Amino acid sequence: MLIKTRKSGDVRSSEITSESVYEDRRRFLKMGGQFACVGMGLVVAGCGDAADTRSTRKPAGSGYDDVPQLSAPDWLKEKVASYQSSRFTTDETLTPYASVAGYNNFYEFGYSKDDPAKYAKNMKTDPWSLVVEGEIEKPGKYTLEDILKPHDVEERIYRLRCVEAWSMVIPWVGVSLADMFKRFQPNSRARFVQFETLHDPEQMPGQRSRLSAIKYPYVEGLRIDEAMNPLTFMAIGLYGKTLPPQNGAPLRLVVPWKYGFKSIKSIVKIRFTETMPQTTWVKSGPSEYGFYANVNPEVDHPRWSQKQERRLPNSIWEPNQIETQKFNGYGEEVAHLYKGMDLRKFY
Amino acid sequence: MDWVAQLKWLVFPMCLVPLVWLINAVITHQLGPDPANTLTRDLGEWALIFLCISLAVTPARKMTGINKLIRFRRMIGLFALFYAVLHVMAYLAFLLGWQWQTLLEDLYQRPYIMAGAFAILILSVLGATSTKAMMRRLGKKWVKLHKLVYLAAGLAVLHFVWLSKSDYTEAVIFGSVLAGLMLFRLPTKWRRAR
Repeated sequence: MLIKTRKSGDVRSSEITSESVYEDRRRFLKMGGQFACVGMGLVVAGCGDAADTRSTRKPAGSGYDDVPQLSAPDWLKEKVASYQSSRFTTDETLTPYASVAGYNNFYEFGYSKDDPAKYAKNMKTDPWSLVVEGEIEKPGKYTLEDILKPHDVEERIYRLRCVEAWSMVIPWVGVSLADMFKRFQPNSRARFVQFETLHDPEQMPGQRSRLSAIKYPYVEGLRIDEAMNPLTFMAIGLYGKTLPPQNGAPLRLVVPWKYGFKSIKSIVKIRFTETMPQTTWVKSGPSEYGFYANVNPEVDHPRWSQKQERRLPNSIWEPNQIETQKFNGYGEEVAHLYKGMDLRKFY
Repeated sequence: MDWVAQLKWLVFPMCLVPLVWLINAVITHQLGPDPANTLTRDLGEWALIFLCISLAVTPARKMTGINKLIRFRRMIGLFALFYAVLHVMAYLAFLLGWQWQTLLEDLYQRPYIMAGAFAILILSVLGATSTKAMMRRLGKKWVKLHKLVYLAAGLAVLHFVWLSKSDYTEAVIFGSVLAGLMLFRLPTKWRRAR
């Protein structure tokens, strides 16, 4: 497994606007804006790339000092802070914390991208427990601490590709899902895994809405071999700090080769099953969202193209449109899982 | 100067407020991490809002009995076209980066782009024929031609519905407003028929 292998469609780190240059350009645009109306702004278009070869991305494992630590139990803060860097990384520019924590799809807290950051702020994530049931030897209700105690945590920098055709690069902290699952000892009938988000309409205004197109609790699922793939990750933090609630505190899935909606947030229940789980998006629109939901530029969403994506943050002068890679660029690690399957049929 | 002409001096700049606000939001980075998308979307919504306002002029006139309100209709309709054109420009420049190939693919494959493009086409024709000279030249045909605004509005709402992922709230609001405005027009027709 070589995560760093560069494929032809990859963006070289030297081509990526570094955070400092990005900020510089913003200042530059701001200055420009004082002189020229944006409508006339063609004058400044394209000027931002001049110094893009300067790369200032923080190396994995370093502290992210400007990232706030939100309230969380001390043991969890310490757990997250103890992360080691890992081989799962990329040299693409990280999406800044403000964007990762300020632009979210978490419909339980509203439909606008900035709703979750606003309305999940006071979500209660401690104490937290996880029910694990189904085709396993060790079912039960575990506290978050019990779930995490035996594991060392690591940082993984993954691309996240949303089904809405935007993407980010995010440094997660967490544990390998396979390592966690081995402890529950799945039996031979465990062919699928179903995950469930917290259902608490009092805390989650979106769950109170009668007009909602999707049913709660939010349910996602994986085939057992997908769940046990080394890439599949259970995150408890990002940017070296515990997860903000809008990003799925305290425990969320990260499946980097699938569209973002597979990476279910704020998990309270995991169920090992013999049959394919009925997942939320499949139920809401079976012709538009499949169970597999692998990132695939060759299979468009019926209403929009999946060939390209906007790497965030962008600016109006630089939409940052990049080519979408099959399996989000993780084909080497996961393509074998789908050998012989027609991915147009099993989208 | 009559009061309508005076009020126009107030309404005209008011119609520009959304644009000024958006330009300010772009300059001061208030549009979030995906400003290209947000800007395009917001301009489209404003086009739809102005289209609905222009369709509300006739009902408002009938309900209040203030017939002079009709003299605002062309201006508001042209603002709908103005924001629609800006919406398309933002889409072409900031989302597509002038990649014509992708535009052709989008037009060909995406039903929502097609509906939107058709709505813009209609609005452009209506805009071009909105002058007094054109009204005179087209005579009765002008009224018939400008009935196409209903089709444009329907297509615009369809465009909006089709590109929503799951949050249909706004689409439902626009759809209901449009349906209400259309319903208002039904009884007058019946009355005339009798």
